[in-house]
Amino acid sequence: MKALATRRRSRFAPTALLLLALLITGGLYAALAPSTATATASVATASDVELGMKLFQANCATCHGMNAQGSEGVPSLIGVGAAAVDFQVSTGRMPMQANGPQAPAKTPQFNEEQTAQLAAYVASLGAGPAIPTDEEIDGSQGDVANGMALFRTNCAMCHNAVGAGGALSGGKYAPALWDTSARNIYQAMLTGPQSMPVFNDNVLTAEEKRDVISYVEAQRSGSPGGADLGAIGPVSEGLWVWVVGMGLLLGCAVWIGAKSS
Amino acid sequence: MNQQNPAKGHPSQDLAAPDGQAGVPTHFTDPGHPEHQPRQSDLHPAANKRAERQVVLLFAVSVLGTIGFLVAYFAVPPGETVASMRQSNLLLGLGLFLGMFGIGAAVVHWAKSLMNSEEKAEDRHTLRSSDETRAAAVEMLREGAQDSAIGRRGVLKGAMVSALLLAPLTVVVPLVGNVGEDWDVSKFKSTMWRKGMKLTIDPSGRPIKASDLTIGSVFHVIPEGLEDTEHPLDEKAKAVVLLIRLDPRDLTEAEDRKGWSYDGIVAYSKICTHVGCPVALYEQQTHHLLCPCHQSTFDVADGAKVLFGPAKRPLPQLPIEVDDEGYLIAQSDFTEPVGPSFWERLK
Amino acid sequence: MTTTTPSGGARAAGATADYLDQRTGIAAAVKGLSRKIFPDHWSFMLGEIALYSFVVLLISGVFLTAFFVPSMAETEYDGPWAAMNGVPMSEAFASTLRLSFEVRGGLLMRQVHHWAALLFMAAIVTHMMRVFFTGAFRKPRELNWLIGFTLMILGLVAGFTGYSLPDDVLSGNGLRITDGIVMAVPVIGTYLSYWIFGGEFPGQDLIPRLFTIHVLLVPALILALIGAHLFLVFLQKHTQYPGGGRTDKNVVGYPLFPIYAAKAGGFFFIVFGVIALMAATMSINPVWNYGPYDPSPVSSGAQPDWYMLFLDGAVRLMPGQTEFVIAGFTLSLNVLVPAMVVPGVLFGVLALYPFIEAFATGDKRVHNVLDRPRNVPFRTATGVSVLSAFIVLILSGANDIIADHFSLSINDITWTLRVLLFVVPAIAFWVTKRICLGLQRKDRELVLHGHETGRIVRFAHGEYIEVHKPLSDEERWLRVNYDAHAPLQIAPAHDSRGVRRKGYRRDLLRQRVSRTFFEDRVEPVTPAELAAAHAHGAHDALESAEPHGGHEAVGAATEAPLVGGAVSGGGRRLADHDDDLGSDTRNY
Repeated sequence: MKALATRRRSRFAPTALLLLALLITGGLYAALAPSTATATASVATASDVELGMKLFQANCATCHGMNAQGSEGVPSLIGVGAAAVDFQVSTGRMPMQANGPQAPAKTPQFNEEQTAQLAAYVASLGAGPAIPTDEEIDGSQGDVANGMALFRTNCAMCHNAVGAGGALSGGKYAPALWDTSARNIYQAMLTGPQSMPVFNDNVLTAEEKRDVISYVEAQRSGSPGGADLGAIGPVSEGLWVWVVGMGLLLGCAVWIGAKSS
Repeated sequence: MNQQNPAKGHPSQDLAAPDGQAGVPTHFTDPGHPEHQPRQSDLHPAANKRAERQVVLLFAVSVLGTIGFLVAYFAVPPGETVASMRQSNLLLGLGLFLGMFGIGAAVVHWAKSLMNSEEKAEDRHTLRSSDETRAAAVEMLREGAQDSAIGRRGVLKGAMVSALLLAPLTVVVPLVGNVGEDWDVSKFKSTMWRKGMKLTIDPSGRPIKASDLTIGSVFHVIPEGLEDTEHPLDEKAKAVVLLIRLDPRDLTEAEDRKGWSYDGIVAYSKICTHVGCPVALYEQQTHHLLCPCHQSTFDVADGAKVLFGPAKRPLPQLPIEVDDEGYLIAQSDFTEPVGPSFWERLK
Repeated sequence: MTTTTPSGGARAAGATADYLDQRTGIAAAVKGLSRKIFPDHWSFMLGEIALYSFVVLLISGVFLTAFFVPSMAETEYDGPWAAMNGVPMSEAFASTLRLSFEVRGGLLMRQVHHWAALLFMAAIVTHMMRVFFTGAFRKPRELNWLIGFTLMILGLVAGFTGYSLPDDVLSGNGLRITDGIVMAVPVIGTYLSYWIFGGEFPGQDLIPRLFTIHVLLVPALILALIGAHLFLVFLQKHTQYPGGGRTDKNVVGYPLFPIYAAKAGGFFFIVFGVIALMAATMSINPVWNYGPYDPSPVSSGAQPDWYMLFLDGAVRLMPGQTEFVIAGFTLSLNVLVPAMVVPGVLFGVLALYPFIEAFATGDKRVHNVLDRPRNVPFRTATGVSVLSAFIVLILSGANDIIADHFSLSINDITWTLRVLLFVVPAIAFWVTKRICLGLQRKDRELVLHGHETGRIVRFAHGEYIEVHKPLSDEERWLRVNYDAHAPLQIAPAHDSRGVRRKGYRRDLLRQRVSRTFFEDRVEPVTPAELAAAHAHGAHDALESAEPHGGHEAVGAATEAPLVGGAVSGGGRRLADHDDDLGSDTRNY
């Protein structure tokens, strides 16, 4: 207590107070910000749709068709909703660069505004899942234990127990979820991009999806036992026991066996 | 059999027999043990002293490591967060590492740099006993056998052997008899699915309506009332089902299974027909179902037939229908045993 | 009791020794053992890594048993790990979480235990490789090879039972696979499954049963066999590498007390330290990621620990078309072949190899000096070949991880590995054998012509040659002191009276095996050859000095002249150079 009292009188006190004030302001902003963001996201103006259509015709229509009706091997986008577009475009999966087993995530080609315009255009073609609100994807409000139960039944077989990713057949894969944003995780569940099944609100309710996000986000603080070795299980553990364990011990054995000079 | 005489074919190594022709030996001679090379610490007292100091230092590292471990044990609790647990584990582990490794490195360094480094040779003795010893041993056994007169008492011998062979049964029979519980292996052939039983979501137990499925969605399904059974895990191990909705146009159905699906919704056993892993990786575009354990791949659009991998048989299909309220229910149990193959599965 | 004066300490020690000796006669043992000689080499410490890992396993295992509850009774977790709160689970899983998160040092001990287990198996395999490639299994050590082999199998059992104890999803799926494999056994498969699991899988009994096997039965057997293993090492004395002054009749090295005891004792602490370092910094088997066992979920990357990976790999590679129904009964060769036949063959060959080789050599002598792997090309090639198959199977067991991390198609990888399983061991065998023969020839060349010095000399008539430096006695001895076993010769099928000989067929088989082993070989240089190499015009002497007893046995086989010819040809060609060199160096 005494120490605290001394510190209050110190010359750093004003700086500390200022920092505290900034922190509170920042915290308040963070708490209030979601509502404003939701407001901008949900309101798509007619000009957005117009601009989105232009972007679509320039960048997407070659494969998906002038009216997004799709063609042989290319899905129709009528009715896929804004969520699907936002997921595919904001993760860089669309537009596709080359044909392959699956479209990989890469640096997005469009900025947030253009993505929103594209989403608005596609959403205007037919009713589909909308972009989730910040409330829906806020992992801190989820139940991590329930998220674990849902994740391991519905997700872990492809994405691995903690979301490290895994292989599918024929060169396809379930990507790692370490860097995926909560919004993209939610949208992926909702729309079932590429090989992924669709987890509509009857399979996983909105709250359950948030629980899953909460679990995935909890995995990002690593493992209590130390380096997680990629979190891919016994194969990497076996590799490391040979490299580190046998490596170090063979080194020691050579030292012990060597004649000293 | 005419084997090569070892002494001829494989010359003994330390003899150099002259071959008589030109006085050239047939074999090289063993040059003997190389001369001992003294170490720095043998030659220079300063180096000797330095090595001793290094050993002391290594022991000191060990002491510090142990103290560090004890400090970490009392002062750094694992706490409630991942970071605090990791910190506790790291500090304890490093303390243990230094505490142990320090001793090891010190002792080895001591042995290498300060203890006498001259190699010594020791003769080996033949392991084989001498002929006299062998003869004496045989004689003793013979005497013993004579004393017991076992050779002449055939009935006694037979009785003893029978008793010794039979006695272990008192342990083996109860062991084998009890560990298998009721031995009713016919349980492998059926699951708890019955006509009218609702399909519910794993693990919440929520019943599923046909309208809940959109094309491309998957439900992991358990039978209604699973938790009320005597051994839920045993039942679940056989009864788990994967419920998938496909575009009915994509679905190829066998003639006798036309009535087993509902509007593109099909239900297949989740237990692999290979060795029983849960087959759960559904790829909605290709309709492939992949087993993560051994990569057997099944075609959900075509009767869950095997496309790739070590499984032979398709996954068993659960016949389903819809009740009056729109809930999905089973028409019956599976029509064949689920899971891995076994000898009498078709009997 | 102890005082500060040295005489007091010595008196106390003397009194203790007297007390013990009067009651046990221990002085005789101390006299016999304390200065016993052990050869020193880094590769002789591989078995020690295994032994010390086992001691660490016992220490950490005792710690774990204090907190682990081997029960499948259901409970609900409530503790610091939020993702598990309120989740129903077995006592076994809940106590694993408790001892990891709430017991101070518990997580460290768990990780020490698991890393030590992986290291134990890695050290056993490496130790076995050393014993195999140096021929340390030859008479009189065949029995100790079998004991060591049994220890490896017991290590697998210990590892597998321990891996399954936490009752998590990963190990539970491993057990489910085991159940699937057991059920594939013809006729009694389902009964075996009931016997193991106490009824239907997963049942209520497995964890307590595995616990007893893991903490009582298997460790007791391992301890007893380690005792026998080490007793035989003491009795037979350790093998030694070839070199000057080292023969089959002596052992050269350091006395047990103090040097060997210090090095070996110190190594225990080093092994413990390294395991502790791994446990401090690297997470292992985080069961809380997988969750308590439930038959429905599964995680990608479902693999067993590394030492069982080859089995899982074999199971993955086998195509499913090999399941048959015969008269209504199902025969699952798609499971039986990879899970029973493959390990059966692999382990069978491994266990019986010393006896197969002894059959081929007909060698009844005692061997205490080790082989350099190059000097036994067939054995070395066989070992590398089996090892390469083992590695292909391990890679197959990790095919999904490889596919994911290298962006490949899992189907392509599986197909490739199916082919490689047959191709790689064949190539590995051939390449290794050629390398061995090449190294042997290199040795011959060195012995005959010495080291290249890089010094070029020009003769008066204009020819250039490089001056070679002869080998030291020690260097030469290492390269000439080995047996090149020749194929066995057998007596003819009919004796002098034309009667067919008994046992001829067995001899014929033996001759075939022997020929397979030894038809390609390089003989060590003899003093006559060396002398010939140094003398002028010594071609004839060289030819006659080649002691190729086995070539007649091979008869018209083409290989014999090929190898022998290559060697002697090489010798001749190089001897020509050396003629000049010899005279040249003498002139200088």
